[in-house]
This record gives sequence, structure tokens and C-alpha cells, in this order.
Amino acid sequence: MMHSILSGDFPRSRVLTGLLIAIFIGLALGPFLFGGTVAFRTMGLICVFIIVVASYDLMLGYTHVVSFAHLMFFGFGAYGVAMALDAMGSNFTAIFVGLGASLALSVVVALLLGLLSLRVKAIFFALVTLAIAFAFMVLVNQLYFITGGEDGMRVAVPRELGPAFRMDDTWTGFSLVGWLWGVITNPLAVAEVTREAFFDVRMNGRLLMYYVTFVLATGLFLFMLRLVNSPFGKVLLAIRENEFRAEALGYRTVYYRTAVVVIASMLATVGGVLFALVTRYITPESTLDFELAVFVLLMCVIGGMGTLYGSVVGATVFLIAQNYLQDLLGGVSDWMEAMPLLHYVAGLFGADRWLLWFGVLFVLSVYFFPTGIVGQLRTWAAERERRRQGKAVAEGETAEQTG
Amino acid sequence: MSANISTMNGSSGGLRQRFAAFRDGYPHFFVLGLMVGVMLLLALVPYRTVAGPWLQAGEEVPALLQLFRLGFTTWFTLTVSGMAMGLMIFIMSSGMTLTFGLMSVLNLGHGGFISFGAFCGATVVAYLSHWGGSGSLMLTTGVLILAFFYAMLITGALGIFFERVVIRPVYGDHLKQILVTIGGAIILMELIHVIWGPTDLPVPRPDLLRGAVIFHDGVPLIGGAAIEIYRLMAVVVGLILYALMQLTISRTKVGVLIRAGVESTEMVEVQGYRIRMLFLAVFVVGSALAGLGGAMWGMYEQIVNAHMGEHLMIMVIVVIITGGLGSITGCFYAAILVGLINLYVGYLEPRLAGIATVGLMVAVLMWRPQGLIPVLRH
Amino acid sequence: MAESLLSLTDLHANIGQYHILHGVNLEVPRGELTVLLGRNGAGKSTTLRTIMGLTQVSRGTVRFKGEDITGAATPGIARRGIAFVPEGMGIFQLLSVRENMELAAASGPIDPQRLEWVFELFPPMKQFWDKDAGNLSGGQKQMLAIARAIIEPRELLLIDEPTKGLAPSIINDLRDAFIDLKDQEATILLVEQNFNFARALGQSVAVMDDGAVVHAGQMAALAEDEALQQELLGLSLGAHQ
Repeated sequence: MMHSILSGDFPRSRVLTGLLIAIFIGLALGPFLFGGTVAFRTMGLICVFIIVVASYDLMLGYTHVVSFAHLMFFGFGAYGVAMALDAMGSNFTAIFVGLGASLALSVVVALLLGLLSLRVKAIFFALVTLAIAFAFMVLVNQLYFITGGEDGMRVAVPRELGPAFRMDDTWTGFSLVGWLWGVITNPLAVAEVTREAFFDVRMNGRLLMYYVTFVLATGLFLFMLRLVNSPFGKVLLAIRENEFRAEALGYRTVYYRTAVVVIASMLATVGGVLFALVTRYITPESTLDFELAVFVLLMCVIGGMGTLYGSVVGATVFLIAQNYLQDLLGGVSDWMEAMPLLHYVAGLFGADRWLLWFGVLFVLSVYFFPTGIVGQLRTWAAERERRRQGKAVAEGETAEQTG
Repeated sequence: MSANISTMNGSSGGLRQRFAAFRDGYPHFFVLGLMVGVMLLLALVPYRTVAGPWLQAGEEVPALLQLFRLGFTTWFTLTVSGMAMGLMIFIMSSGMTLTFGLMSVLNLGHGGFISFGAFCGATVVAYLSHWGGSGSLMLTTGVLILAFFYAMLITGALGIFFERVVIRPVYGDHLKQILVTIGGAIILMELIHVIWGPTDLPVPRPDLLRGAVIFHDGVPLIGGAAIEIYRLMAVVVGLILYALMQLTISRTKVGVLIRAGVESTEMVEVQGYRIRMLFLAVFVVGSALAGLGGAMWGMYEQIVNAHMGEHLMIMVIVVIITGGLGSITGCFYAAILVGLINLYVGYLEPRLAGIATVGLMVAVLMWRPQGLIPVLRH
Repeated sequence: MAESLLSLTDLHANIGQYHILHGVNLEVPRGELTVLLGRNGAGKSTTLRTIMGLTQVSRGTVRFKGEDITGAATPGIARRGIAFVPEGMGIFQLLSVRENMELAAASGPIDPQRLEWVFELFPPMKQFWDKDAGNLSGGQKQMLAIARAIIEPRELLLIDEPTKGLAPSIINDLRDAFIDLKDQEATILLVEQNFNFARALGQSVAVMDDGAVVHAGQMAALAEDEALQQELLGLSLGAHQ
């Protein structure tokens, strides 16, 4: 059964399998394991960005198309649904109208982009998409009477999906991090710590929306996994490895490439819709900024290009780092301030400097682990497997000799 | 009679052909002429002539015709200001286009150098603000030279480091170049935060460069036009730099090597030259120019922040693509086009300026996929 | 036979994933013109490119004047006195003839006397001195490519198929130029498909097939032995004449 769910594309590394299961369980039971609004928000974003990054990987990793306009499609979805809800009132029809309209727009624009990618060289394409995405952001900023401009717009989600919608019963959650922290810092009062770790989980529309997102993210991810392992995906890989040869074999690379751009863009649009509904507030900065496009690129590359699982790992690691690495660095910086000599470099470790270290990490990883976390884990697993087999063969030989 | 007709046909056909030849042979002049010409038309045709019928009837003049309100003095001011902006962008862009032309290296971290240069320049100007405030021509020139020189020195040095450490390992791999240089840009930007702090830095422009030159009303056509002194300075500096670059490229051995390298790096090596050293030199000069452009831009905006390079990169990218990747001449004209379209469109409809910039690029690419002045590559 | 200026020993090279050279052994005698013959894809051009350091050596050595230059960088190899005229000539089309020549004179300004000699060999170079090289005709471009290689005294010229795609009259001009070069005691390694051209010029000859040298010897011997020609090159001179 796992074979058909994962389309035969297994993680192929024990560590990776463990990591993926941990992420899956963490997200599935998240609201009951991690208390607090920051954690809740982070989990929602991870689900959304798994879709966005995985669809980006379809282009970057599977066809080597570098586009900076991916977030433009994300923005189509986010603004499409927000504007529909604004115009038609907070109901589900509006959501579907917004989704449909933005998907239609995405298809048209993605087709145009796909055709453009044939007219210009790959490197040109990257630059041109950058400029086009920028133009769209300017447009959103300028059309403030419908988009709210730089101030952004509130997304008036239907009541059923907001915090105001309450079901009567509260469930009980168990704060894993809090408990572990308590056990480590205060091992003598285990009972007390355990009692404090329980917290109430309110059953409201926010929780419902989170689970809608989670289920959609899981479903779309499995869909993409199926896509890349289908004959279609094999052609994409062939094009990536050698476009001339693929063309010579009779594949119209034109169609395949355009199809990838269209599919990836539609998925990004869905991601944008979910983003708007989860965060309930969108601004050009949070949906369209160049920096965000770079972040998506980072998530994809750090996780591992061309693996899809990489997008899960990349999005999770990056978003957790974005939200929690800051605290850690802040702690390091405070500690260094207090030390002699070290306080000169404390500035390098401030809470706001997390991006500096992520940038360094990123550059190093492109040099030394170009296949990202997933690629590296798989390489290690394959090496271990080879060593094990080599050993088995060697042992077999010695056994033969002695026998 | 028949001969007469044929010559007439010939001459009119010849005119069309000559126009087509001009359009394809000098696409940069063609687009520039088109843009300036349209604006000149709007400026020179009196508003009353066009809008007369509506004005007499007391009706509202259609929006499109209202564009004819542009007067010649305004046109003049806009054109000079557009050139000033364009030339500053040219200074920033030239390095990036040459780097690509010579080694096919795409440095998306170029914006980081622009920001860094802006901060270096701002530091000098702020430190020597009493010189700038003195109103003395010599001290003002001193501040400018020191600020620009310091910005170029630091960004040039950073360029050496960047080329050696960040770019060298990923020659020939565009995908990795894009990734690594974006990473490098993030690091540069964060370093600015570490060194100068997270807040914007104001740049006190020297007193002599404040205010505007106002042409005397008696001057024909442009009487009453006001042009900021700083923009005039930017035009002068930009034109001098362009002339220097053109001289270097057309007259010196280094220039011959650069042009040869753009055609084929391999054959330059076969002649016994170490192209890597040449490339390093070009990269360093390009970085220094990005720094200079950033410093000039910072003083122009009178405020700098770490993200400015990132935002300017959009214009830089539009310029180098529109001009034709690798071509200095193309870069120069495309930069001026971008500057002009920003000012022109910004005047007519401020909200469209940014979009017009990208629209210019898309339009040129539709017409000529390789940009205005394509670079031949083997 | 004269001493070797250049010697290749068991040279292996790959281009991408393709193994092109499988153990080339070749001696190029000083002061002679050696012709490298062989059918298309035999590895002749790759051999020249490998000598210049443009293709990575995976095994074997290249010795020039007794010095091991395997794996040296291309500019260093050029500075040791080897000139290379690649297939397709490799001239800089956007540069003028003058700039092409100035670039080739890597050690300083062009020696006027030598330039006069080059002009005598290739009169069109003087005529089009300040014109863009891209506007020259095919034969003139080939002349420029060779002129560029000899504008400074070099110890070894590597020339890849100079006659390719040229009209017979121009080929005759080129032959005269090569004969003049031979009189100057230049050492030349010439890749050629045109056997008549090769026979008229060559002193030594080597024949390559499938990435290795399968025959090496004196040109005179090969020119007389029709059976050997038939075997090595699949051609008979009788049919050509």
C-alpha cells in the first residue's frame, strides 16, 4: 500500500524516513503537541510552503527552469481569494470563485511564461521572470483601492474557518517541548512538570482551517510525487539531462516544459489561497517580496533539488529556523556580550542575524552538499548499503576460501 | 514617363528601406529617438491647439489629450533628470553586463555591492559633513572624491574576495551561480546590518549640491526650467565614465582583450593570456563601479538602506537585458532609456513608472530577443 | 630523423563522458612539417587541443623540449612557444585585423620586419589591416589565423585543417606560404584531410584511427606505397590523379 501511496518513490534512507515520519506526525498532531500561537502559525506556514516549494521543485529540480515569478502565482491565489471574499462577502462561494479566477489567470500567465521560456535562454528567463514578478508587485502596491496597497488587506474568511467559530468541547493537548524542557531543567519534579504540560486545545475554526490545509498539503504532495514518477516525470528528467537527446527521441520538449510551468504555477496558486485563509492577512511584503522568492529558492535547495521530499524537509527546517533560530542566536549574543573579547563579535550573532548564518550555510551547502539534505542522506545511505554488501561479498569470499 | 514612375517608386521604397536599415542597424538610436520624439511632440504641440474644441465647448478634455499640457521646459527638465538617473544606473550596471559578457558569469549579488558602496559613501559624507556644510567648492569636491573613492575601494576589495571565494568554484554552471550569488547577496546585506545597524542612514548632501540651476526667463525655450545641481553632476560624471570606458575598450590592449574574451575566452588563452586574471580585474572594476553607482544614488536619495541594492537590481537587470547582455554600448543606451521612461511616465502617471520600466524590457525583447545590441558569441 | 620537439606518450583524454584518445604516441621532429592524417572522428583535433591544454588529460604525458607540460594551463603552454590554429580558425570576428595581430603578439609590440614578411606571405592582411576580421572572406580568415600564429617566432605551430572549405586557388596560396614557413625551419604539426596538400608539404606523417596513432613514418615512404595508403586511409592516389 505504501508503494502506491508514495508512487514507488521511497525516501531511500533510514534517517530520512524517520525525519519524514516525524514531520508528518508533528504536523498531523501538531496542535496537540505544541502550544502557543507562534507554533500554530509556523505549522500552518509549513503546510502551505510545502506545496509552494514542492511545486517550485517541479520546475527547478526536475526541469532546471529557474523562475523568480513563482511567488507571483502564489500572489494571484492569495489576492484572488482575498479580493473575492472582500467583494462577495465571507462565504464559501467566494472562496471557490476566488480560487477559480486565480487559477484561470495563473494558467494564462503561465502559458505565456512557458512560451517565453522557449524564446529566450535559460539565464535570460531567470532575469526576465524576476523583472515581471517585480512589475506585478508594483501593480499590487499601486492598485491600493482594490488590494490595500502596501498596507495589505484583511482576509474576511467565512465564520466557520475563523477563531470566532467555536465548538463546545475543548480537547486536551500535551506540550511536548514544554515537558522535555521541564524534565531536563527540573528532573526532580517530573510529576509537577507533567501536570503543567497539559493544555487545553480549543476546537475552533482556526483548527479546522489548519486541518484543511494539512490534508490538502498532504494530498497535493502525494499528487506531485505521483506526477514525477509517472512517464511524464521521466520525460522531464530526460529533458533535464539532455534536451537535445530528448528532442531527438521525439519528445516535444516545448509541450513538456510549458506543462510543468503551468502545473507548478497552479499549485503555487492553491498555496496562495491557503496562505490567505490561514494567515487571514496578506501584504505585498508577505506574499510577493523578492526576499520571499529567495526564501522559497533556499528551502528548495537546502532540502534537496529534484527530490520533492526535499521540499518537505527544506520548508520545515527553514521555517523553524526563521522562527526559532532567532531566539537561539539572541541567547548566544547575550551570552557573548557578557564575555571578555567575544563581545566585539556579538553583533554577528544578534537575533536579527539569523539570515546571515543561513546565507553562509546556504553558500556552503551549494558547494559541499549540492544535492541538499535529502540528497546527502540518500548518498550516505547508499554508501552504507554498498559497504555492507561489499563486506558481505568479502565475507562470502573468505568463507569460500576457508571452505 | 515610365522611367519617372520607377524612380519615384525607387526613392520612396529607398526611404522605407533606409528607415528599416536604420531601425535594425541602430536599434538603440531608434528606440531612444522614438521615446524622446513622442515626448517632444507632446511638449511642442500647444495644448490649446489640440484641446481647443473641448475647451470652447466647455467640456472635459479627454485624458489622453491632456498629456499635451506638457510644456517644453518641463520636457527639458524631465529629459535631463532622466539622463541623470539613467547614467547612475548605467554606472551600476556596466560591471554586471561585462562580467556576463566576458565569462558568462551571472552575479545576482551585484545589488549587494550597490548597497555596500552606498553605505561606504554615506559614511564618508556623514563623517566629513562639516566639509560639505562649508560651502567651499574645494572641500565639497574633496568630500565627493573621498566618498566615491572610498566606496570604490571597499567594494573593489570585496569584489576580489567575492570572485575568489564565491564565484570561482562555480564557473560554467549557471544554476549554481544564481544560487551562490544570491546567497552572497544575503550575506553582504546582513553584513551591512552588522556594521551599520538595522536603521536607514541619512546622507547629508553637501550644501553646494543642494538646490537647482534655474535658467533665466530670457533664455529661449528653456527659460524658467529648473534642474537640480546634483543631477547635472551625475550627468557629467556618468558621461565622463562612459567616455573613459569606451576609450579603454576601443583603444587599449586591455580593451582589445576584453572584446576578444567576449567572443571566445578559449582563443584568448591560446594567445597566451590568462583570462582568469583579466576576468578578476573586470569583476573588481565592475564591483567598484557598482559601489560608485550606489554611493551616487545614496547621495541622490539622501538616505540609504541595506535593501536599496536589491530594489535597484530590478532596474539593473532590465538595463542589461534590454541593452544586450555583455554590451557596454547597449547597457549605456538601455540605462538612459530606463531613466527617461521612468521620468516621462512618472510625470504623466506616477503609478505606472515601475511597470513601464519592465514593459520597456518586454517590448524590446519581443522585437529583439537578444536585446538592443546583441553580443556575438562563438 | 631529427630530435623530437614534442612527444606524446600514451595520451588518454575524455570529452565529457566520451573517451576520445586511447593512448596516443607521437613524436614531432624539430624543424620538420609533420602531417597528422586520419578519418573524421579519429581524434586528430582532440590531440591538438590536448597538447594546448584545452582538453583534460586523463593519463599519459605531453613533453615539449623535454619538459613535461601535461596539465599545464593553456596560457602557459602558449607562452612556451606553441601557437595553435584551431578548426574554424578561432579569429576574433569583432576585432580588426590589426587588433587580432596585436593580440597575437603577446610579448610586446609587433616587430615591423616580421610584419613585412607576413604581409608578403599574405598580401590581403595589409590591404584589410584596419577592417573587422568578420568581414574577411573564408580564405582571408584562414590567412589571418595563420598570420596570427607566426607573427612572433614560435617553436611549434599546431594547425588544424587549414584547407577546409577553401577554393583550390586559395589552397595553392596557402601551400606556398607553408613552403615558405618550412624554409624558415619552423616546426609544424598539421592536421589535414586533403591528402594531396599533405603529401606536397609533409616530411613526417602520422595516421590516427580510433583515438590512437596507427602509423608513423616518412611522408615520402607513404606517398609511394599505395597499398599502405589504401590500408590506412582507404584511398588510392591513382584514383585521385
